[in-house]
Amino acid sequence: MTPGFTPIELALAAGLVLFSAGLSLALKLGIHRSLLLAALRMTVQLLLVGLLLRAIFSSGSAWLTLGLIVIMIGAASYEVGARQRRRLRGGWTFLVSGAAVSSSTLLVAVFALASLSSSQDWTAPAVVIPIAGIILGSAMNAASIGIGSLLETISAERVGIEARLALGHTMRQATDPLLRRAIHTGTIPVVNQMAGAGIITLPGIMSGQVLAGFDPLAAAQSQIFLMFLLCAASVGSVVIAVFLTLRRLGDDRQRLRLDRLEAARA
Amino acid sequence: MSHHLIAKSLKFQAVGPFDLRVESGKCLAVVGPSGAGKSLLLKMLADLIPHEGTCSLDGVDARSIPAPHWRRSLRYCAAEPGWWAPTIGAHFRDPGAARLACPSLRLDPALIDAAPERASTGERQRLALLRSMEDDPAFLLLDEPSSALDETSTGLMETLLEDAMHRGMGLILASHDRRQVARLAHDILEIART
Repeated sequence: MTPGFTPIELALAAGLVLFSAGLSLALKLGIHRSLLLAALRMTVQLLLVGLLLRAIFSSGSAWLTLGLIVIMIGAASYEVGARQRRRLRGGWTFLVSGAAVSSSTLLVAVFALASLSSSQDWTAPAVVIPIAGIILGSAMNAASIGIGSLLETISAERVGIEARLALGHTMRQATDPLLRRAIHTGTIPVVNQMAGAGIITLPGIMSGQVLAGFDPLAAAQSQIFLMFLLCAASVGSVVIAVFLTLRRLGDDRQRLRLDRLEAARA
Repeated sequence: MSHHLIAKSLKFQAVGPFDLRVESGKCLAVVGPSGAGKSLLLKMLADLIPHEGTCSLDGVDARSIPAPHWRRSLRYCAAEPGWWAPTIGAHFRDPGAARLACPSLRLDPALIDAAPERASTGERQRLALLRSMEDDPAFLLLDEPSSALDETSTGLMETLLEDAMHRGMGLILASHDRRQVARLAHDILEIART
């Protein structure tokens, strides 16, 4: 059996989103707009991606695969900054997250594909694209949460940081606690994901493989392999993102440059 | 050792340009209306904000030495000082010496073990002054140092500053208080709102 859903089933599930939006309206939570837009976007995106992947998989072209991955990285870099309350001016958030997300994803993906090379045809688009996608998602989350935490705390603790700089501390010393906190916060999702894997949730790949009729133990092994990749990608991504952001918020004279931050439009 | 601080054409956006010269053991008061840029001038001197113009201490240009070293010689003390550690003592290089210095400003030495939030605004302002004076910097840049102090505390603070000047510390004092300026300053830099 192939697990597929009919349009009627999809419409019923969409009702749940509408219900959530209604709840937001009733309780004046103000999230209905973003909720509905995100749901609509997700639907269109996934349907298009389904069509696109079908075409790329049947073509087997390495160039198309690479092109798609580049587009995915670009989109992930944009999303990292898209919902931040504060951003680096002049598109720096995009550059920083692009560097963080792409380098961590590429490193981990190359490692993953190299270790898979013995057991599978690892250059097949059907292998490369999903693996890159899953890793990218984790890297994106970690960078986004890490940068968000850093920008919030650095603005809140400006006076304390400036006091330390005035006493002759370096930017590195003055912002070290914030840096640690941001990296810690950015890695919480992947740590939670690992801690809860199997007990609280049956993670994505494993669920998919079990639904597709795989042996559960084999499915668990794929999931374990993947989780390790996600862990490395998240840590790599958040560390790079937070370091680069902090670098941009200081200068060669060890000054705190909050003038390089801007509040995002509501 | 005697020091001299020279600043030329300091300018930040529409504030400035300022020129000034201060010697060891002297106090230069910076006076002018709110918003004229007194704090910005002090921050430019400490190289805490980007600016045009040059600063030199004993002929050594600020940009030729690492900024933290420069700021240890030109110690900026904000009107509303920042705190970052769980106890007040942790903000000092030498908490023991800070405890001993407390009575000179009528501060309870037990404050050294307290959290910064436990101290009143006026206590925090005096503690921050002690913190900035640790290790005797060549120059102290004071931004409204008695804005939260009563008359007695202000008097004790001025005595402490006068003693420091006798030891050779130079002061640059941004103040609204004309009488305080008259009591402490050897020289006055008047700046106007731009």
